[in-house]
Amino acid sequence: MTAPEPVVTIRGLDFAYNGNPILRNVNLEIAARDSLCIVGPNGGGKTTLLKLILGLLQPQRGEIKILGERPEKARLRVGYVPQYAYYDPLFPVTVLDVVLMGRLNRLAIGPYTAKDREAARAALAEMGLGNLERRLFAEISGGQRQRTLIARALAASGELLLLDEPTANIDAASEEHLFEVLRKLNQRLTVMLVTHDVGFASTFFKSIACVNREVVIHPTSELTGELVRNMYGDDIQMIRHDHRCSEEGHCTHGLP
Amino acid sequence: MDFLNALADPAIPFLRQALLSGILASLAFGIIGTYVVARRISSIAGAISHCVLGGIGAGLYLQNALGVTWFGPLTGAIVAAIAAAIIIGLVSLHAKQREDTAIGALWSIGMAVGLLFIARTPGYVEPMSYLFGNILLISQADLWLVLALDVLVAGTALLFYHQLLAVCFDEEYARLRGIRADFFYLLLLCLTALTVVLLVRVVGIVMVIALLTLPAAVAGNVARNLGQMMALATICSMLFISTGLAVSYSYDLPSGPTIIVLAGLVYLLMLAGRRLVRKNA
Repeated sequence: MTAPEPVVTIRGLDFAYNGNPILRNVNLEIAARDSLCIVGPNGGGKTTLLKLILGLLQPQRGEIKILGERPEKARLRVGYVPQYAYYDPLFPVTVLDVVLMGRLNRLAIGPYTAKDREAARAALAEMGLGNLERRLFAEISGGQRQRTLIARALAASGELLLLDEPTANIDAASEEHLFEVLRKLNQRLTVMLVTHDVGFASTFFKSIACVNREVVIHPTSELTGELVRNMYGDDIQMIRHDHRCSEEGHCTHGLP
Repeated sequence: MDFLNALADPAIPFLRQALLSGILASLAFGIIGTYVVARRISSIAGAISHCVLGGIGAGLYLQNALGVTWFGPLTGAIVAAIAAAIIIGLVSLHAKQREDTAIGALWSIGMAVGLLFIARTPGYVEPMSYLFGNILLISQADLWLVLALDVLVAGTALLFYHQLLAVCFDEEYARLRGIRADFFYLLLLCLTALTVVLLVRVVGIVMVIALLTLPAAVAGNVARNLGQMMALATICSMLFISTGLAVSYSYDLPSGPTIIVLAGLVYLLMLAGRRLVRKNA
């Protein structure tokens, strides 16, 4: 029996922006229902890597295959969750309308179908936002907006979920809720996430990709303070996280 | 009362024509104004409106100095507005960091070209009516143009409502969903350009941005979605134009500035009202 095809395959990838090398000789393979966290310093190439996977940028060298296809072809099978802070807070759009955008495609003209609305409502319900569908996107909390954007990605029926810094600008309780949501989704989807929160990575993800021009993958079980220091350089502050404590008082720490 | 009597007076048909064209054009103003406010492209609309003078000047010169009768000021205005929309759109899509410069340059160059052409056009040309508009000069033929623009704008907005919403709200995501975001952005700018040409007739080049954005900005304070904002902006635009026309007729004031001051006052009152409500909440 042949092994199942990886969800993401990157081989020998180089990317430069205006002649400045951003990523060099990237090799990466992510299996179905894997969870990978992408961390690294600002300007290290984390978001660039995500955009290459989405086909929004083209590498100068190397090959990317997403679900066995070129990124541009596989886009409709990829759910993407950008940072919510990027949106105009005055834009008049309801939560349901944002989620319905996940049902758009090149050929859809005119109103959404009943099937589209059903899929959007199911995604909202899965994110625990069923009662907020008529609310303005700008009116709901940061954590709820982040879950709305995840619902939009789910409404697209993607097989791979990419998230760009979903824990930025949300409070600890919302972050905790987000972990739970991702844990549940990871049972059926492959999850890739960009974050600065290395503690977050250690509590949830199976692997961690350190991106700083080059990409090095470690199992999260091997994540140590020394490794993080090497990844970001010496100029960082590490704070011990305590995201998950059971009722009996057993806690898993973000950084060992 | 004077205004209502004048409307009924068969001796002054231009007033009825002005009111009717203002009310009809409000549909295009409301829809496009909503996109302009939501997508925050009012400076692009401003640059397009100032380029219109270049087209009007070229039309006047070609018609009066060179005898090219088929290329009049209206054709010139449409060509200049569409050209400006496409140039700024392409710069915005492919060289975002230069967008401000392109907007500023076209804004001034359009005006300068228009004034040069007008200076070289034989006979006396009064640029004031182009700069400050005069809805009372709208002709029967203009009414058909207004109707055609309404059909084009409303038809596009209905057919591509979700695509345009996605492109305005999150262009990158729209592109990921297979939407031709560049095409829809340029389409939006071209429709804005055509609407601006019509607005120039109503309030003039200098005040186009105000009548394009103020009704939509007032509507945006209460609307729950883009469709509602368009409907409310259309109603606001109708009210501003008809009330402005009535006030200007009753007090013998120029119609364009009266309409704009009225719209500005309503917007400011709305902002103050919201602030008060928030303070007391």
